[in-house]
Amino acid sequence: MKTYQGNPATQWLCALTTAAAICWSGQAGAVENIEKEELKFGFIKLTDMAPLAIAYEKGFFEDEGLYVQLEAQANWKVLLDRVINGELDGAHMLAGQPLGATIGFGTKADVITAFSMDLNGNGITVSNGIWRQMKAHVSMADGKPVHPIKASALKPVVDKYKAEGKPFNMGMVFPVSTHNYELRYWLAAGGIQPGYYAPPQDISGQINADALLSVTPPPQMPATLEAGTIYGYCVGEPWNQQAVFKGIGVPVVTDYEIWKDNPEKVFGVSKAWADKYPNTHLAVVKSLIRAAMWLDADNNKNRPEAVKILSDSAYVGADYEVIANSMTGTFEYEKGDKRPLPDFNVFFRYNATYPYYSDAIWYLTQMRRWGQINEYKPDSWYRNIAKKVYRPDIYMAAAKELIAEGKAKAADFPADDESGFKPPQSEFIDGIVYDGSKPNEYLAKFAIGLKGKQRVVDGKVVE
Amino acid sequence: MNNKLIKFFTITGLTWFVPVVRICNGDNPRQQIKALWMAMGVPVVAFIGFLMLWNAVAQQIQTSLGALPGPVAVWEEVDSLIEDHYAEREKEAAFYERQHKRNEKKLARNPNATVKIRSYTGKPTYLDQIVTSLYTVFSGFLLAIFVAVPLGILCGMNRVFNIALNPLIQVFKPVSPLAWLPIVTLIVSAVYVTNDDSWFEKSFLTSAITVTLCSLWPTLINTAVGVSSVEQDLVNVGRVLRLNYSTQIKKIILPSALPYIFTGMRLSLGVGWMVLIAAEMLAQNPGLGKFVWDEFQNGSSHSLSKIMVAVFTIGIIGFILDRIMHSLENIFSFGKAI
Repeated sequence: MKTYQGNPATQWLCALTTAAAICWSGQAGAVENIEKEELKFGFIKLTDMAPLAIAYEKGFFEDEGLYVQLEAQANWKVLLDRVINGELDGAHMLAGQPLGATIGFGTKADVITAFSMDLNGNGITVSNGIWRQMKAHVSMADGKPVHPIKASALKPVVDKYKAEGKPFNMGMVFPVSTHNYELRYWLAAGGIQPGYYAPPQDISGQINADALLSVTPPPQMPATLEAGTIYGYCVGEPWNQQAVFKGIGVPVVTDYEIWKDNPEKVFGVSKAWADKYPNTHLAVVKSLIRAAMWLDADNNKNRPEAVKILSDSAYVGADYEVIANSMTGTFEYEKGDKRPLPDFNVFFRYNATYPYYSDAIWYLTQMRRWGQINEYKPDSWYRNIAKKVYRPDIYMAAAKELIAEGKAKAADFPADDESGFKPPQSEFIDGIVYDGSKPNEYLAKFAIGLKGKQRVVDGKVVE
Repeated sequence: MNNKLIKFFTITGLTWFVPVVRICNGDNPRQQIKALWMAMGVPVVAFIGFLMLWNAVAQQIQTSLGALPGPVAVWEEVDSLIEDHYAEREKEAAFYERQHKRNEKKLARNPNATVKIRSYTGKPTYLDQIVTSLYTVFSGFLLAIFVAVPLGILCGMNRVFNIALNPLIQVFKPVSPLAWLPIVTLIVSAVYVTNDDSWFEKSFLTSAITVTLCSLWPTLINTAVGVSSVEQDLVNVGRVLRLNYSTQIKKIILPSALPYIFTGMRLSLGVGWMVLIAAEMLAQNPGLGKFVWDEFQNGSSHSLSKIMVAVFTIGIIGFILDRIMHSLENIFSFGKAI
């Protein structure tokens, strides 16, 4: 009797199958049943879109079975509209955008976020001419300005413009942008009134303003400053360092100095999308967490590689040196005045990617402070909106899967009993303490800005 | 043979080569060399002059992105864009290979699993953008022709219809693409629902429809003029023979009006190409316009040269499109100039 041994091809196939099965087991735990594998995400040309570029280039998306296309968008408005109407599956967003859309300031739509993209990363730049006038009021040590520079140094300049009847124009990137609130925070802390909104009639945000703030898309900031349309702006990187390289402006303060480790961009998707594709959403968040970990791994040792990827014309596209300035832990203020700032861009450490309710509430307090929310809201309202928009539950589900797969450690993430509220934070440029659980109490501490039952009616603040 | 060649060059508008053919033919060399100098020499010398002037001026202008790039810098950028294209193609091949491997593994684990190959997700290269723009402009242009020619014929044949349509034509003709774009974008977004296997991207539709809206007018107007100026004798012959409507159009009106229609189409394509680039820039739809805008936003030290490469590409492609339409016009006008 002849024993069946099988032909060599079959044996080879068996061996291959076994090998493949072993290889596959390494991937076990990847999100099953992805509802939508082909995705398109939008971004704005800024260094803090890095987690998206890294997740793509390092294959983290593909590891989760996602085939993602990344597409640069013209401005924040176009980006938000495209996420809402479904042309984009998700996008790199300003933290205020999902919140603003949910409460209906500007566009009304349900947009949520389960992933915060970074901490810090912005700066305020003024033109060379304004800097010369400001410098007289800045305290110096060893021939160099003492940082942080407060807006009180800018106040005499603004007052002079006001006395001469000339408008003092500054740029920010979007009405609900971090940049708008940071610039306003800095100005107000230095005694300069940045103006109120009074929706729905007046959404220019220039009521009673000493400094007139208007919208310019981030990559156009340097060109607009150079053209003299604005005297200063608040924007993300690399557009502050670009001004230094071009010799057209001087960054005077970074957002790290305005509010240490402030939350910046988020990854936003429409609520309808998230409800329809929950597994896909989870897989996206997993890839992004891995990208953020990669960006901050081993004391930023991957940053030079990240800068190289970002300088590709399809991503940020600015020159390597310009992007490297801030991404590798330094920041150049006045030309030649390069200082170490290791936390200028934080992508993962200090739980940077976790969507804290208290972060959402800070944005809502600023919307209230400047009249974008033009009526009193109880503390519970702030909490409810934050819970509607920020989704730590999805984030933690993704984190748990990564831990189970051995791709992350439990210690890298907040504890299970985490409340979503950071302890009160005091490291603001004006020293005011922020406690996310008491938004109205927080608002009452500001000298400039709406508080209590105040409203803006016909260009006046009334009780 | 040579006469045919000369005729070919004349019709295609490549009159540069006519003297060369004649010289090969041994046809009065002195006169032909003079003709050659006029046809090729002068333009080439003028172009070299332009390059030198550009080079000289470029060095004087300092922009915030460095000196204005001269011809050499721009030419180098062409190289780097082509290199970039091939690098991207390599990444694409690797992408597909990874997918194949993944699918094999999946099949090995479960032979009944459904596997699928997804298209490449990387960035479109410069050459891809050119192809996208060409595809979009032709789609929009063809759509414009399908609307404009029948409407034009109706206008030309029927006085009442012509009077009825005239105000609309007069009002919509001068509207800039930048004004149509938001309307088209909003309507397409509202009406056209995409899913995973839609035929077109929304962005493609908005660009193409904007091109259509801006480029249909010259064809419409020219067709109407062409049809209404068909010789009355021919129309009468048709009546005497009692030809039915469609035969009249096919046998009498279209042949007489064709030269006008083609002139209109040539103008339309020219307008369409210009409009497309503007629309792509503004709406960030894929294509050369998006390339220019992205580079403007990048603000890298290579951005200006890349934008200039795009300007030349747009110009040269526009020129070639015009030549093609010009040849068609020559062929269909049967030697009659309009």
